[in-house]
Amino acid sequence: MIPQAFAYRRASSVAEAIAILQEDSGAKLLAGGHSLLPLMKMRLANPATLVDISGVKELRGIQRVGDEMVIGALTTHAEVAKHPLIRTHLPALAEAAARIGDLQVRNRGTIGGNLAHADPSSDLPAVAIAYDARLTVMGPAGRDVLAAEDFFLGPMVTALPDGQVISSVAVPIPASNTRSAYVKCPHPASGYAVVGVAAAVAVSADGTVEHARISVTGAADCAYRARQVEEALVGKTASLETVHEAAQYAAEDGWIGSDVYASEEYRRHLCCVYTKRVLQKVLL
Amino acid sequence: MEGSKCSVTLSVNGTSYTREVEARLLLVHFLRDELGLTGTHVGCDTSQCGACTVLLDRKAVKSCTVLAVQADGCEVTTIEGLGRIDKLHPLQEGFWEKHGLQCGFCTPGVIMTAAGLLDENPHPTEEEIREGLEGVICRCTGYQNIVRAIQYAADRTHQAEPEPVVEVAASAPTGAQDSLRQEGEDA
Repeated sequence: MIPQAFAYRRASSVAEAIAILQEDSGAKLLAGGHSLLPLMKMRLANPATLVDISGVKELRGIQRVGDEMVIGALTTHAEVAKHPLIRTHLPALAEAAARIGDLQVRNRGTIGGNLAHADPSSDLPAVAIAYDARLTVMGPAGRDVLAAEDFFLGPMVTALPDGQVISSVAVPIPASNTRSAYVKCPHPASGYAVVGVAAAVAVSADGTVEHARISVTGAADCAYRARQVEEALVGKTASLETVHEAAQYAAEDGWIGSDVYASEEYRRHLCCVYTKRVLQKVLL
Repeated sequence: MEGSKCSVTLSVNGTSYTREVEARLLLVHFLRDELGLTGTHVGCDTSQCGACTVLLDRKAVKSCTVLAVQADGCEVTTIEGLGRIDKLHPLQEGFWEKHGLQCGFCTPGVIMTAAGLLDENPHPTEEEIREGLEGVICRCTGYQNIVRAIQYAADRTHQAEPEPVVEVAASAPTGAQDSLRQEGEDA
């Protein structure tokens, strides 16, 4: 399959990319291309212009800045998955990145492209929400910061304003008493999450859950924060009983849907099962 | 709409090529149709099967999901660049010795995926090999002999580099085998 013809422009800086996006409303950004090119080959997306930002150096790299890990938008899933500081401080992010697609896809796909694409079955949105990640976006008026929690609005729909560029993702390093994990039920053919659950939970010295952020992807029209699970955890003793009690609310905060692979009822069931599993990993 | 033409220059198996191509031309078609390197196969054409896998700056990628223009300035290694008929690459030898193929259609992509895997992880466990093969589909072998072939290559590559520090620089072969021995990170 060959994509429809398009004009190709290469940006050498974020400012240049923004300028092209402003002057050409049919332009789309191209990073690794692993979400966009398959859509273009199937003619589900036909942008008039592609702005290749893969050479923009300022969008690359992973660094610790204070109490945050700042990940450049062009960082590939493979780079995220193997980075020592990410593996140490943000294990759920490393786990999720290591399970996206396959080896070849992880070598090309980027964190910024993945989040901007906002596939409802993608792994990273759940992790970004559970870790309370912040997306730095740049536009003609300058820089803005969006919380991951408010970023995903629907299938392939985000709060990213037209003509703006995600430049980096900042993830706060959780307190030392926080444990985090990501588990998923992968679709047997595509590997996408039928349901995926990310959890970051802090437990105090006496075994009480101090703080919990849980996010579910795959099940609903977009990744969502499972607030009712969080509320059922905080203040309780970290126990199997608490896990079972809290996990039953896993599907309550999302707009759970059916498709050819999984019915709504089945997805709701999976939400609870995988929430139990991830909570057992981080709490018990 | 007119397709825009772009000039691309890339190194394929150690030779530099410059061509004027349509921006929408996929790397796999560039290799097959522009350069006549038909060892890279088109299987599913939807980023699933991995038959089109090549090394792009030493990383295994699916060339059906990369535009030729995205590879501008990069180094590409295809199956044709991995070994020579009189001196097979350890992976090619492994597939021969361990019967890692039947029909052979997926084989170039599987070998290039394995080359990328071994470049990053020269001594993978069986589980790591199987995980690394997630992005290739073989409908003949059931994968068992593919895993054995890659284990064979990992063992051979290991034996072939006793003291990597000084000697490699002096005696390293050129081309893809060279790239398989280098450590380190592309920016």
